[in-house]
Amino acid sequence: MAANVGTVAELVGNNEQTILPEWVGLQKKSGSLQTGRITEGELLSQSRDFLHLLRDGLAKGGNDAANPAYGPARQLLGDISRSRALQGFSPRETATFVFSLKQPLFNALNRNTTLSPTQAAELTWSTTLLLDELGIYTLEVFQKSREEVIVRQQREIAELSTPVVKLWDGILALPLIGTLDSQRTQVVMENLLQTIVDTEAEIAIIDITGVPTVDTLTAQHLLKTVAAARLMGADCIISGIRPQIAQTMVHLGVELNVVSKATLADALAVALERTGRAVTRLKNSVSGSGAHAKLSEKGQ
Amino acid sequence: MDRIPILKFGNALLVTIQVDMHDRLATALEEDLTAKIVEYNAKGVLIDISALEIVDSFIGRMLDNIAAVSRILDADTVVVGMRPAVAITLVELGLSLTGVKTALNVERGMELIKARLRTTESEEDDVEQ
Repeated sequence: MAANVGTVAELVGNNEQTILPEWVGLQKKSGSLQTGRITEGELLSQSRDFLHLLRDGLAKGGNDAANPAYGPARQLLGDISRSRALQGFSPRETATFVFSLKQPLFNALNRNTTLSPTQAAELTWSTTLLLDELGIYTLEVFQKSREEVIVRQQREIAELSTPVVKLWDGILALPLIGTLDSQRTQVVMENLLQTIVDTEAEIAIIDITGVPTVDTLTAQHLLKTVAAARLMGADCIISGIRPQIAQTMVHLGVELNVVSKATLADALAVALERTGRAVTRLKNSVSGSGAHAKLSEKGQ
Repeated sequence: MDRIPILKFGNALLVTIQVDMHDRLATALEEDLTAKIVEYNAKGVLIDISALEIVDSFIGRMLDNIAAVSRILDADTVVVGMRPAVAITLVELGLSLTGVKTALNVERGMELIKARLRTTESEEDDVEQ
């Protein structure tokens, strides 16, 4: 068996001049170059490097892909796969890189007339297993790289889409954009509460124009935010509920026991009216009636 | 045993919690406060928890209880100065303290209580007239 594996390594070494062009040709045929993300020169050098590392691996590690001798080959595959994932290659294109090596290799095996049919079949089988293993590894790295990209983007979106805006003295606006999951609710809540403390805001307007859907879970998250703001002594107004969303909410039986207005403008008008009385009170310096008016407003 | 001081402030009672609350302290406060409300005929209770960094479900329920008891004894409870982290914790615990009035700081809390006192006085005036 060891002699057999040595044969493949030898075969790859000796026939590099025929295997490499055939392999690159197959890759080109399957459309690796069409998208223009990679040049022919790069493809050629990647293929050549991998072929060399594969030969070394075969010579030292046999056809066991888990053998440490394949470390450099795996490393190269990982790098190629990762860079392709970031460049936007499809999984098929990435996997083709390894799998299209099969045909040139088997052709080389067939051309070798010194092997008996049994030996040739055995070698073909073990090489298939090896290349499959390496191909799967390539796909795993590809998948992992894509997931990393997604996680990073999620984090960036979460950071970008939770601003707390000061609309007026004591009035904050929280324009929510995107789906409200529990993780984002946490960020939104922390931002809002901290801003309430910093600006001593009395009213916070939560605008959900940019929230695509409101289901029971989203409503619960909204209510949590409202409850937390209330504990800090700030009233909340919810605005920007679109007609379809209002209908869905009623159908689902979701109840927001909060003041809600159709648009942010309406909500701001209410907020100004509430805080407006407070301002009048300070001007008149008749603290009695003013404060009374403010309280009755808040008590509603 | 340590007790949390309760200050009389006109018709209102002022409680500033400066230490970390443990359960016995909380129970003692609840009892003392009830007694003082009756003793001074207080119309408002202001609880400042701005120094409180940790609030568990027990303290949360205590605040709710104090509010409920005060309401029965005709006094308003205002909890002021809650920290953002504490607010989030209480909401996550499912305690939104719906029976309690809240304000950002002592100043705003006192305004709420003063307003309530004025309402009561004017009502009494109406009755006298």
